[in-house]
Amino acid sequence: MLNVDIETCIGCKICERVCPFAAIIVEPETKKAKVLEGCTLCGACVGACPVNALSIERKAVSEEEIALYKNVFIWGEWEKKEEKKVIKNVALELLGKGRELAEKLGESLAVVLLGNDVGHLVPELFHHGADKVYLCEHELLENYSTDGYTNVIASVIASEKPSIVLYGATPNGRDLAPRIAGRLALGLTADCTGLDINESRQLVQTRPAFGGNIMASILSPYTRPQMSSVRPNVFPKPEADVSKTGVTEEVEVTLKPVSIRTKIIEEIVSHEEGINIEEAKILVSAGRGVGSKDNLQYIEELAEAVNGTISGSRPLVDLGWLPHLQQVGQSGKTVAPTLYMALGISGAVQHLVGMTSSDTIVAINKDKEAPIFEVADFGIVGDIFEIIPEFVKIIKEERAKKTN
Amino acid sequence: MRIIILVKQVPEADKVAVDPETGTLIREGVASILNPYCEYALDQAAKLKKDYPELNIKITAISMGPPQAKIALLRCLELGADKAYLLSDRKFAGSDVWATSTAIKEGIVGLEPEFDLILAGKQAIDGDTAQVPAETAEQLGVPQITYGVDVIINDKRVEVKRETETGYQILSTKMPALVTMSKGSNIRRIPSMQDVLEARKKPLEVVSADDLNIADSKIGLSASPTQVDKIFAPPSKSGGQIIESSDPKAAARKLFDYLKENKFLRV
Repeated sequence: MLNVDIETCIGCKICERVCPFAAIIVEPETKKAKVLEGCTLCGACVGACPVNALSIERKAVSEEEIALYKNVFIWGEWEKKEEKKVIKNVALELLGKGRELAEKLGESLAVVLLGNDVGHLVPELFHHGADKVYLCEHELLENYSTDGYTNVIASVIASEKPSIVLYGATPNGRDLAPRIAGRLALGLTADCTGLDINESRQLVQTRPAFGGNIMASILSPYTRPQMSSVRPNVFPKPEADVSKTGVTEEVEVTLKPVSIRTKIIEEIVSHEEGINIEEAKILVSAGRGVGSKDNLQYIEELAEAVNGTISGSRPLVDLGWLPHLQQVGQSGKTVAPTLYMALGISGAVQHLVGMTSSDTIVAINKDKEAPIFEVADFGIVGDIFEIIPEFVKIIKEERAKKTN
Repeated sequence: MRIIILVKQVPEADKVAVDPETGTLIREGVASILNPYCEYALDQAAKLKKDYPELNIKITAISMGPPQAKIALLRCLELGADKAYLLSDRKFAGSDVWATSTAIKEGIVGLEPEFDLILAGKQAIDGDTAQVPAETAEQLGVPQITYGVDVIINDKRVEVKRETETGYQILSTKMPALVTMSKGSNIRRIPSMQDVLEARKKPLEVVSADDLNIADSKIGLSASPTQVDKIFAPPSKSGGQIIESSDPKAAARKLFDYLKENKFLRV
């Protein structure tokens, strides 16, 4: 909480002027600062106070306090596609998982939607499982900014007290979530691959840990809300039910231009037609086993034969054989195609977490002990340089038969 | 002008495994390196120092870690940092993102409070969480720009080219500020013999929690809002069909049949 040292306060009203939320006033009768309900502990007043009369005290919440926190919140990230604002897939995927968590807790599911003129996105959120949408509209929220979005979401969290808040681990999500965690002194678990509720009604957050072949389940026992980020493609997108509706609560946003400290000078949309492995239906993925850059031609031939898109594991990208955009795994992209073909990939956990959501996994590897076989639906222990040409030959023959 | 580089020492490769018998971590023989993204940040700082001689830029590297992380800081001194501090104390053990950023914030406030710019790697290659720099910026109350690929100084402001999902944006903010760096045109340089010799003469100081007057209640495992509940080997998907065949032709035919049966092939 924000403490005012009444002895030291001189009633100069600087705190009143700098507060982005009008959450501190100098009372006319006492001429001393008083903290109001909307305080988000952003610290703007603490830095501005000329006599150091303000301080922030953060403490873990007690069990009774923990019980005050209810409901699952999701940040409703959207993007511009051909000048139109659309909800990002990852937000819809989180609605599916959020629904499941909310039902286990017997609580409701809400989306915090920020932007300027984004009200038309609300029905889609209801269709995908939201019970409620906090609609936070302001012209200063037209573009994402760390300060603007942190201020508004931290303020909604402070007043609404959710038990769980989930963010998509997109570039902006990874910019925003730690900022909110830092402000509210909360735990934050990044890039979760699993989320569940345990018998103590805590959020169990699973992610790869310690930079090795190991998973950890992580709890935030003492603080609320519990916050996690999840990458795109980790959870399935729920089916839309267009008959579903919900409650929209319009949140009054009081941002001032000075509270957004970063300014956008220029936005450069790159028109290069990049390969999008996140949306590919069939991925033909190469690993260290290809041995040399020239050998990638085997992978290319196979990709052409099955009409797939090429991706790869980290060693290939580190060696400069493939661009980073095509890297699958923890330090690359998380993918969930209908078919994932792993060729010469051993299957370190950092790779596995990036592709185990695939519907069907096929693996070819020389080493029969390779961990990739533990997740494969169909695996061949063998040499990719012998098997791929034979396979391509069979496809060509079969196709020729058919056209004849 | 004062630039702080936040760095982390990480295991060289993905070599940490779980002992299937005991469920404990096997970390023997894994070499440690300076996280590559931290090297890019350091390269950016060295470039700024060269491009703006009139600003008299001084670079301070700060890391938190075990005593052997001094090696990563020595590398920073070889690659252009002027001095280095290692925040190292048993009391820091078990720190999560919040407790780590608290310690780093206290380190900055205690050791280099008059900074203008903090540069950090966008993420560490061992955890990939990308959270500590942003939480540190929040705790210091300074603005941040993440995923930078190029940085220029414009009077009291810093201008950063930032990677976005659709391309780039140019962002500007007033210093003091924190910027995290992606690769961009920055490189991992190999220090010259002279760099190596000069680094030995630069100050590298190990600082404890007590040196910084950080209360025990603010650091380490007990101050961490997230707690590891348990660790386990990744789940395996049983029931997959695995073929061992010495005949590539037969194996290829089985693969073809499997893919055709599951309607992945248009033949």
